[in-house]
Amino acid sequence: MEVHLHREIDRLKRRVLSLGAEVENALGKSVKALKKWDIELARSVVKYDSEIDRIEVEIEEECLKILALHQPVAIDLRFTITVLKINNDLERVADLAANMAERVLYLSGRQNIQIPEKLTTIVSMAQSMLKRSLDALVNLNTDLAREVINDDDIIDDLHTQMYDYVQEKIKKESATVDCQINLLSVSRYLERISDLVTNIAEDVIYMVEGEIVRHRM
Amino acid sequence: MNETISIKIKQNPDRSLFNRDEESVVNSSGGNHSTVKLAVRNLNFFYGEHQVLFDNNIDIHQKQITAIIGPSGCGKSTHIRTYNRIYELYRNQRAEGEIRMGGQNILAPTVDSTLLRQRIGMIFQKPSPFPMSVFDNIAYGLRINTNGRGSELAGCVEETLQRVALWDEVKDKLWEPGTDLSGGQQQRLCIARAIAIKPEVLLMDEPCSAIDPIASAKIEELMLDLKSHYTIVIVTHNMQQAARVSDYTAFFYQGHIIEFGDTKQLFTNPQHQQTEDYITGRFG
Repeated sequence: MEVHLHREIDRLKRRVLSLGAEVENALGKSVKALKKWDIELARSVVKYDSEIDRIEVEIEEECLKILALHQPVAIDLRFTITVLKINNDLERVADLAANMAERVLYLSGRQNIQIPEKLTTIVSMAQSMLKRSLDALVNLNTDLAREVINDDDIIDDLHTQMYDYVQEKIKKESATVDCQINLLSVSRYLERISDLVTNIAEDVIYMVEGEIVRHRM
Repeated sequence: MNETISIKIKQNPDRSLFNRDEESVVNSSGGNHSTVKLAVRNLNFFYGEHQVLFDNNIDIHQKQITAIIGPSGCGKSTHIRTYNRIYELYRNQRAEGEIRMGGQNILAPTVDSTLLRQRIGMIFQKPSPFPMSVFDNIAYGLRINTNGRGSELAGCVEETLQRVALWDEVKDKLWEPGTDLSGGQQQRLCIARAIAIKPEVLLMDEPCSAIDPIASAKIEELMLDLKSHYTIVIVTHNMQQAARVSDYTAFFYQGHIIEFGDTKQLFTNPQHQQTEDYITGRFG
């Protein structure tokens, strides 16, 4: 029975890592579409989101099957519970990447939109956080996970700065109000992505160390 | 082997033999104060020249369930058999070290083992009712122990059978042989027999391994119910059962206690690799 459980756990591991790669890819495409105003790429992200939704449901079903049939304990229990939570967070990251792609579709029809440097920094930080949290998951690296958790505050600050920037812009350039609001939405989506990625990093720490660090760090 | 053990209960047991003051200690896992019923210190056990337990140290907490897990032959049953010195019924078996209950070492030769077994009852893997009626299985110990008679005795038998949730199932067959009951019922009858004389500690050596899952669930429910009155130590091969019913778990391997602690902690985040490997089935 244990061999059967370990086979299921290995399969689950492969599936969640594959989902992580898909979500990283979706966010990467959204970012690229934003930087290059690539409408086709943005559309492909929106379209592929339903596929990620489908994978998420399958992974959740596998977790439930393992819990019901094998009643795992220790690392197997922590792993299954972590996957159940990370799976949900990754699906939400993909949703937000799709939302971002929708903003790109809107903005790409407008003229002379300048991406502020703050937003560029948020973009690269959010991407890096997602990548590092998945690396932490693969390598069971809690130091890396803690780095990711610390970076969340930086993104929160940058997002607040973006809010101030957009507020100023709206006061000065009434003609571009809709574009500025859309840019702020992009910033907001990335800030939410960093929150979800922080959850993933916290779950990696739980899986490895068995300690719930949420609301403590 | 276990069925051959005869139980002798002395009249008017002199319980003053034991100092009943329990030791209050800080629970290492939770930080709460709890009372230690049995404090095992440097316990070693030998079958002839062959040593099977090595420096076992463990605190059995009062009115809590402690599960003992580990692979076959690791010394789980041998360990709990020292608690009521039942090993003394066999030749060439000896224990060294201390098991303190109420401040006294119960392994000391001055402690009467018959009285000890009244205070520390045992339930075995295979249900072993006495070859007598359901009623007499319970009444036997009571008659000798309390001089109980007539309606008083009947009342005690009913109360005991109620406590193990067996009364409704056997009230119409009290005079039929205990051995005619189903396996699960026989095991609850044995638990009833053990608690009838009001022990303080109940030792259960794989009590559910010979019965079906439904009967096993009833025993587990019963254990949780009995916990408010008795200190329970259970040896089990069923990891899920240990996780479900116990407050504390000890993992044994090759006669050593590898890890002992709060059950929730041990099953979610064991501190020793050997425990982790055993409970997740990656052993060996």
